[in-house]
Amino acid sequence: MRTDCDLAESGSGRTLVDAMNDFSTADGAHSGDRGTVYLDHAASTPMYPEAVAAVAAQMTHAGNPSSLHASGRAARRVVEESRETIASCLNARPGEVVFTSGGTESNNLAVKGLFWARRVDDARRTRILSTAIEHHAVLDPLHWLADQGAEVELLPVNRCGRLEVDALRESVERDPGSVALISVMWANNEVGTVQPIGEVVEIAREHGIPVHTDAVQAVGQLPVDFAACGVDSLTLTAHKLGGPHGVGALVVRRELELTPLLHGGGQERDIRSGTIDAPAIAGFAAAVLLSVKRQPDHAARVAGLRDDLLRRVSERVPDAVLNGDRNCAVTNRLPANAHIQFPGCEGDSLLMLLDARGIECSTGSACSAGVPQASHVLLAMGADDVSARSALRFSLGHTSSQADVDALVEAIAPVVERARAAGIASGFGAVAKRAG
Amino acid sequence: MRVLAAMSGGVDSAVAAARAAEMGHDVTGIHLALSRNPKSYRTGARGCCTIEDSNDARRAADVIGIPFYVWDMSDRFHEDVVEDFVSEYAEGRTPNPCLRCNEKIKFAAVLDRAMALGFDAVATGHYAQLVTGADGLIQMHRAVDMGKDQSYVLGVLTQEQLAHSLFPLGDSRKEDVRREAERRGLSVANKPDSHDICFISDGDTSGWLRENLPVSSGDIVDYATGEVLGSHDGTYGFTIGQRKGLRIGRPAPDGKPRYVLDLEPVSRTVTVGPREELTINHISGFKPRWCGSVPTAPLRGTVQLRAHGEEHAAVVTLGDDSHVTIELLDGAQGIAPGQAAVVYDGSRVVGSCTITKAARRDPAVMDLSVDSRA
Repeated sequence: MRTDCDLAESGSGRTLVDAMNDFSTADGAHSGDRGTVYLDHAASTPMYPEAVAAVAAQMTHAGNPSSLHASGRAARRVVEESRETIASCLNARPGEVVFTSGGTESNNLAVKGLFWARRVDDARRTRILSTAIEHHAVLDPLHWLADQGAEVELLPVNRCGRLEVDALRESVERDPGSVALISVMWANNEVGTVQPIGEVVEIAREHGIPVHTDAVQAVGQLPVDFAACGVDSLTLTAHKLGGPHGVGALVVRRELELTPLLHGGGQERDIRSGTIDAPAIAGFAAAVLLSVKRQPDHAARVAGLRDDLLRRVSERVPDAVLNGDRNCAVTNRLPANAHIQFPGCEGDSLLMLLDARGIECSTGSACSAGVPQASHVLLAMGADDVSARSALRFSLGHTSSQADVDALVEAIAPVVERARAAGIASGFGAVAKRAG
Repeated sequence: MRVLAAMSGGVDSAVAAARAAEMGHDVTGIHLALSRNPKSYRTGARGCCTIEDSNDARRAADVIGIPFYVWDMSDRFHEDVVEDFVSEYAEGRTPNPCLRCNEKIKFAAVLDRAMALGFDAVATGHYAQLVTGADGLIQMHRAVDMGKDQSYVLGVLTQEQLAHSLFPLGDSRKEDVRREAERRGLSVANKPDSHDICFISDGDTSGWLRENLPVSSGDIVDYATGEVLGSHDGTYGFTIGQRKGLRIGRPAPDGKPRYVLDLEPVSRTVTVGPREELTINHISGFKPRWCGSVPTAPLRGTVQLRAHGEEHAAVVTLGDDSHVTIELLDGAQGIAPGQAAVVYDGSRVVGSCTITKAARRDPAVMDLSVDSRA
């Protein structure tokens, strides 16, 4: 049987040991490849060189993985080996890995596909239970399904941003037979709060309700064991863990029936059609392999940097508030996440001022049509509109260095002072309150 | 200088930003999101306010090579421009929302925020020229391209605002700006100009007002006899000088068309009469804004009474209580309260006021030849 290390070799000609050596990021250097301080890994993290090499290597080969000739078989072999690698990293069976175009497609496929299939089996199953803090890739399909007649219940979270399990239990037990599925993210992308997936699964299992989880932020940062966690389907995407954009997977139990979103050649288990992207999948597998293998070390390292960032930022800006779970243990909070509210400052102003200093982060707010909305996650956690718009998300990753943290700490006080002045000048707070 | 370039997504503001960058300024582009729900504003590329326009602005910033952000000004815009527009109409006045947006948003909220964030100036694609006078004060002059001149909608800006403004297009003709956009590889080069009010998605202002104001029906009466000629659903459906859409069944005795002469929001009376009754030559105004020093003596100059309107020779007097009196040497037609009167000395903008009343001067009241001694 193949070992996982073989893939790293077949993809890049380098061993896993070589790859591991890459991770000793030289402190003193900034992480972004444009010389910037890149603190937005939760949006997208740089690709591992091994993943780039794996993609590039496969790109030089012709052959559709669904073709029957030698070139097709060679491409198919890469795809299936990648599937095996990813499955083994997540403790799933290879047949459970369905390749997709990424997190949004995986979540759409799971939520819509499960809902449709379950309702066909039993017309009474009209309810979908989820949380108010899901990513838009889950929330928007839910809203869409609600327009099609689904009864969607978005369950509340506490001030840390963690699902109120009692509310879920109460909602299920009110009428278990009507629940088509439960969808709860593994860890929140904005505030980093880890969700009680174990308890969710326990509640669902009593009534045979399938559970989907969006684990886009979790894989590579937290230990994720598909078989052990008991969920029925799980979303992951390559570009959050060092792989290429535009490829991801839905890990879904074989027994589970899903109605497809995309109809066509039926390439992926008849659940997902579309020519299989062998180069992207090769890069995806290389990235999953590396990020999962080194997850414990990675988590410890970025948590150390994150804790240093939090401590020193709060020294410089004493009224800064950490959003999410104040207990930063890896069981409670993503180790790479720091979500900080700067009272009196517009997140937009902070972002722009930091960007001008070469420091890249996120307001963590959905930006549809360019109009920044207050984060639905923070609002669900009980924040008011003004404080929801005065936060920044800093997210660390495999290229983050001590120098990145130092640069942010150095810049933050003058930036906050300036943003605060701008907030006063433009009536931030006053207007938002009036509008609210 | 650190310059914030307001980029609407149209060709003018894109070229303005490019020129500011080429002058050596450190330029950052911003697009102002003015609608709470972008879908409620114009669809398609209209020059501002849509998702497409925001994307066009972003692309232009990429091509110029400057950072780009979207600033959410929708709450301020709604409060200071849209609500003001509605309430002005409800009061029987005819507001100019573009002027109001310049006064309250672009050169106030945006400028203030920009200054606080460390910028030195705001650049826009307006067609107007800024010149530093011998006295050190910034003067605003009409644009070289009189067809595009926008000094009228900038007439509310004060010296302090002008000192932090850049209008890089003032010395250019529109066709040259388009050619320059083409040469610079800006894809907005051939985008049509925006004309109508950005927050009224279909261009139907009276329909939009009907949706946003309650029905308040009243009479349409004859100016001379006071005879009730018809009824209407709200004075906001009319503007002074309007001829069409009065829906009066019968013609005037002399067969001449009738025009709206006056709107009285309290009694909800619309007064109509013949065209010659529209001619006014005496204007009262309030809320004067002076680009430079406050005039102490009556000014002889010209006034412009609507966007792209003609100039009228006039004598402008500032009263003690900030009341402005404008005596036109000739007559003007269709002048409505709420519109701005912008005062010029040659090509230079002196200041502006908001019209409260437009009337025909009683010849006995004032002799302009005497007044002009000042």
